[in-house]
Amino acid sequence: MFDDFFIRALIAGIGVAIVTGPLGCMVIWRRLSYFGDTLSHSALLGVTIAYSFSINISLSVFIVSGIIALLLLSLQKRTKLPGDALLGLLSHSTLAVGLVIIGLLTSIRFDLMGLLFGDILSVTIEDIFIIWLGGLIILGVLYFIWKSLFAATVNYDLAAAEGMKPDSSNFIFTILLAGVIAIAIKMIGVLLITGLLLIPAAMARNLSSNPRQMIALSVIGGILSVIIGLFSSLEFNTASGPSIIVAALVLFILSLLPFKRSSALQR
Amino acid sequence: MTENNISLVKLDNAGVYKSSKWLVRGVSFEISKGQIVTLIGPNGSGKTSTAKMILNIFQTNEGIVKRNTEKVAYVPQKINIDWTLPLRVVDFMRLTNNISHAQIIESLTLTGVEKLLNNEIRNLSGGEFQRVLIARAIAKDPELLVLDEPVQGVDFNGEIALYNLIKNISDKLNCGILLISHDIHFVMSATDHVICLNGHICCSGTPSAVAKNPAYIKLFGEHTTSTLSLYEHHHDHSHTHDGSISR
Repeated sequence: MFDDFFIRALIAGIGVAIVTGPLGCMVIWRRLSYFGDTLSHSALLGVTIAYSFSINISLSVFIVSGIIALLLLSLQKRTKLPGDALLGLLSHSTLAVGLVIIGLLTSIRFDLMGLLFGDILSVTIEDIFIIWLGGLIILGVLYFIWKSLFAATVNYDLAAAEGMKPDSSNFIFTILLAGVIAIAIKMIGVLLITGLLLIPAAMARNLSSNPRQMIALSVIGGILSVIIGLFSSLEFNTASGPSIIVAALVLFILSLLPFKRSSALQR
Repeated sequence: MTENNISLVKLDNAGVYKSSKWLVRGVSFEISKGQIVTLIGPNGSGKTSTAKMILNIFQTNEGIVKRNTEKVAYVPQKINIDWTLPLRVVDFMRLTNNISHAQIIESLTLTGVEKLLNNEIRNLSGGEFQRVLIARAIAKDPELLVLDEPVQGVDFNGEIALYNLIKNISDKLNCGILLISHDIHFVMSATDHVICLNGHICCSGTPSAVAKNPAYIKLFGEHTTSTLSLYEHHHDHSHTHDGSISR
């Protein structure tokens, strides 16, 4: 019924959405959306390095984004620049450096649009394997640090005082963010990854009254966005990343409609 | 009071240096099991910083904090729950531990807010949230309980009830309590050891000894010791927390 590449894209996309659901909620709760942007822009640098040394793209992106993440964490403690200025500086610098290097690498043909906005045609069996295995590892680690991370999200002092070791879970979470960007980059593209983290989680917030519900709805929203997005990408011949994000946006707008919800009437 | 001299935490000349100034320094005291130690002092005198040293939130820049227990519960002075986080009271109660539903209900009942179990935290009033914070700390069954102005925003009758509760907890759980409070009446009547801070320890000792200390009188003024009288609200009935009357 469908071409193989489309089935591959669907399997890969659903895998990505399952991982971005819980991580996206954390990003929203911790107000890290700009941080996520910075990491995903730095992914372009990772991609160019992957092409230059012909290593695996996800691995290269994970390493580069991870380094940028750690750099950010240490810079935030040391510089007097406000957090958002620092993020903006690194975000655009890494994007620009990545683009310049791509320009220099004239010997290799690049699908720049595919890098920036995602390309479903490019998803291979190997990518599916990386997404699902990487995704499982990310979710496993997240599950392991969840209690500590969640306590630190609610209140750092409380978590620190009551032995939840918030610093180490913050650190690990940052690495996980780099990981999710690494596995999502082929599907969504550098510029729009944060969208898939944020928009389904924001939609879920409108409909939920406890953290678990919000995570579940965020995963469902993400999967729906991927499915609807990919079908419309195929139908209208649009780039996969923007199509998925538009689908997520439509779901978000629907979640704002004033349905009569019992949760709103409680209390 | 049951003072059995098992030291829970001991500070020796401890101090914190942050943003190029000493928040507090030269602090030495000890909290034992079953003991209520209170910190009093003006704003910015280092009360919260001292508490944070004990809780390992701040590292000391000089001196030593020696803590002999990991069973610690904390009621911070201020918590802002982000709007984006849908958090119910029941979720919040389990934030740093896995306690049973029965324990949650029991603690919330002690502070009079058991009906709020499934409400979202951000919809609570300031006083209700304080009660939830205290309930969460008690539910942990701690050995050391640190309370930073725990009754702020609580109504007048609730304040007295909660202070009585704190006193009862220290007897019942036999835990050590560090209390930061502006309520001189409670401090003077119900606590074992008072420490008067103003960037350093001005004076300390039993409440009656501190009240006579010139350093204390200079900080708080004569009127707090002599003319303080507590208005008592006499009822022929009592209210449950939500305002309904129970005789």
